[in-house]
Amino acid sequence: MKKSVFLGALTVAGLAAGVAGAATLDDVKARGALNCGVTTGLVGFAAPDANGNWDGFDVGVCRAVAAAVLGDPMAVNFVPTTGQTRFTALASGEIDLLARNTTWTFSRDVDLKFEFVGINYYDGQGFMVPKSLGVSSAKELDGATVCIQTGTTTELNLADFFRVNNISYEPVPIETNAEAQQQYLAGACDVYTTDASGLAATRASFENPGDHVVLPEIISKEPLGPLVRHGDPEWGDIARWTLNALIAAEELGITSANIEELSAGTNNPEINRILGTEGELGAMLGLDAEWAKRAIMAGGNYGELFEKTIGENTPIGLARGLNAQWTDGGLLYTPPFR
Amino acid sequence: MTTLTDPPKESFRLSQLIYDTRYRSLTIQVVAMFLLVLALSWLVSNTIQNLAALGKDFDFGFLTNVAGYDINQRLIEYDSTSTHGRAALVGILNTLLVAFLGCILATVIGVIAGVLRLSKNWIIARLMTVYVEGFRNVPLLLWIIVIFAVMTESTPSPRDFREGGSASMMLFDSIAVSNRGVYVPAPIWAEGSAIVVAVFLLSLVGIFLFRRFARARQEATGQILPVGWVALGLFFGPALIAFFLMGRPISLEYPELGGFNFTGGIQLRNSLIALWLALSLYTGAFIAENVRGGILAVSKGQTEAAFALGLRPNRTMSLVILPQALRVIIPPLISQYLNLTKNSSLAIAVGYMDVRSTLGGITINQTGRELEGMLLLGLFYLITSLVISGVMNIYNNSVKLKER
Ligand SMILES: N[C@@H](CCC(=O)N[C@@H](CS)C(=O)NCC(=O)O)C(=O)O
Repeated sequence: MKKSVFLGALTVAGLAAGVAGAATLDDVKARGALNCGVTTGLVGFAAPDANGNWDGFDVGVCRAVAAAVLGDPMAVNFVPTTGQTRFTALASGEIDLLARNTTWTFSRDVDLKFEFVGINYYDGQGFMVPKSLGVSSAKELDGATVCIQTGTTTELNLADFFRVNNISYEPVPIETNAEAQQQYLAGACDVYTTDASGLAATRASFENPGDHVVLPEIISKEPLGPLVRHGDPEWGDIARWTLNALIAAEELGITSANIEELSAGTNNPEINRILGTEGELGAMLGLDAEWAKRAIMAGGNYGELFEKTIGENTPIGLARGLNAQWTDGGLLYTPPFR
Repeated sequence: MTTLTDPPKESFRLSQLIYDTRYRSLTIQVVAMFLLVLALSWLVSNTIQNLAALGKDFDFGFLTNVAGYDINQRLIEYDSTSTHGRAALVGILNTLLVAFLGCILATVIGVIAGVLRLSKNWIIARLMTVYVEGFRNVPLLLWIIVIFAVMTESTPSPRDFREGGSASMMLFDSIAVSNRGVYVPAPIWAEGSAIVVAVFLLSLVGIFLFRRFARARQEATGQILPVGWVALGLFFGPALIAFFLMGRPISLEYPELGGFNFTGGIQLRNSLIALWLALSLYTGAFIAENVRGGILAVSKGQTEAAFALGLRPNRTMSLVILPQALRVIIPPLISQYLNLTKNSSLAIAVGYMDVRSTLGGITINQTGRELEGMLLLGLFYLITSLVISGVMNIYNNSVKLKER
């Protein structure tokens, strides 16, 4: 008798536990807000502005998904995560989506059980040094002290790079970009290494950006993209196709300026399908017909978002480079909306 | 003939389980136990369910996989091709190192501050009060970061040591204080140095034996031997003689500026120093209070009696007060050591690679083995704490009141 009560209690407990982590879409709708993991602050990618509103390239992805799912780009709870806390935050369900300069790697996808929904920035790891050091190549860095963020691909690439080139270094592990910046500027390390985009963003916030150079070597591939947990493919689809919608919108010429006009109907069926005037794409995702339209209106299409946050006319000044549309010689190539 | 009758035979009623004091505590214990088991089983099954939902298993195999990351402070051989298990070991040693250094310094600081806080000198007593209250009442993490920040911001970078730079080395160019750490000369052990070390260790044993002898003699005859001087002589004398006899086998390697950093010598990284100082100052403040409480617990009559016997204040303190105060001081001191050891897990704030940063940080992050990693981490701290309190309890038993 005692035993069966015990077993009964166990099953009840088990059932109660099992319910959590079912459909993320329902959870987000019930909550009325998207919990989105971002950086602790990297200007251009994700940082709160003077009024406390988060802004940036990665933030744009969060807002687009919130707009698609909830109809309100502002319905996002931003959860700042460090390199070390981000995966636990996602795996534990604290956040629904992680958009934090995160590199898509085999082990994160397969072993850590995450699902990368696409790539929003093709990047690679670079090095920044003070000009006064007179260093012109990363191979000259023998014996240097290097600041790195822990829990990143950066520290693995760095170890490989120095080992393969048979030069030594002293790693200084650091938790956030802000601390790394402070340490680097104080001269506690000679070199700061992270994704080249992150270097550009960090350097842009220096008082004298011109005193620092980014070395020519790019030592890794860092395809950065948003990701979700394994095990909820429907939610993954929503995030993936929201990102694809932003990219496709640029390719097809849908902009914040002309989107209202285009949603009256065009003679390009793909535009019509994206904007919901033709076909049932929204319903297939479990959303309404205007999901993608709202996502694009949240911060503009991919190109607009890029130019506004990290593009050449911002202090960060990143060129499109690999992140141009395939039609312009870049790598952005979204599967067709059909 | 007996007038006593048998008490009426009670029949057992269920309500007795609650209202009858004979059964009540048993009932409560059974219910509490049941709830506890229920809670535990819920935790376990919840974990299993959630792991299954995430498609994860429970496996410690990751410890044998290549770690892939570098660690700056290594007490044992390690590079990025070593395993996660080895990285954990490097972290464990770093934790033990800072905990060991911290416990020693905290005790020294604590005893001095605790005694001085009772000083009759107003300024000294007040200063100690400021120290104790300042460190006890501000979170440790802040102190760690403040000390680290001061050390990095206020010291010159290695570049400044170059020809024509603004900084220079200290003590005949043997020590360099930079914003990456303090570089001190490293000993180089040539042939024959083993003998010098052995002689030194033997003289330590000699000091210990002499102290015992002196104490026994004092207890038997009341005569006091000059223990301090003899110990000092034994500490340096034989080792120095052996050193010169063996043809000076131990030499020093001085830190020198080479490339980006100093090379040679031993680097005490700022992260280690900041963590060590912060832990020691913080815990020292608590120990000071324990020491003060212990001394105050010895009644004033003891001091007066010692004075009446003609003992000088120093002797009164070391022969009469402290031995009695120790009995009060040691037990809380054990908890302070445990606190210090566990608090060292704040190391990552300054990038000190302790076990929390290697196994509990980077390894977990790269392998996604949060549960396994955290369990191992918990187990490590548990074992360390048990060992520390075990050792300290042995010491406590040796100083506690011996009832004869
Ligand atoms: N892409 C690498 C590195 C990501 C990373 O940590 N990037 C830095 C600089 S680009 C960052 O976002 N820091 C923001 C923060 O400290 O919160 C990874 O996924 O491991």
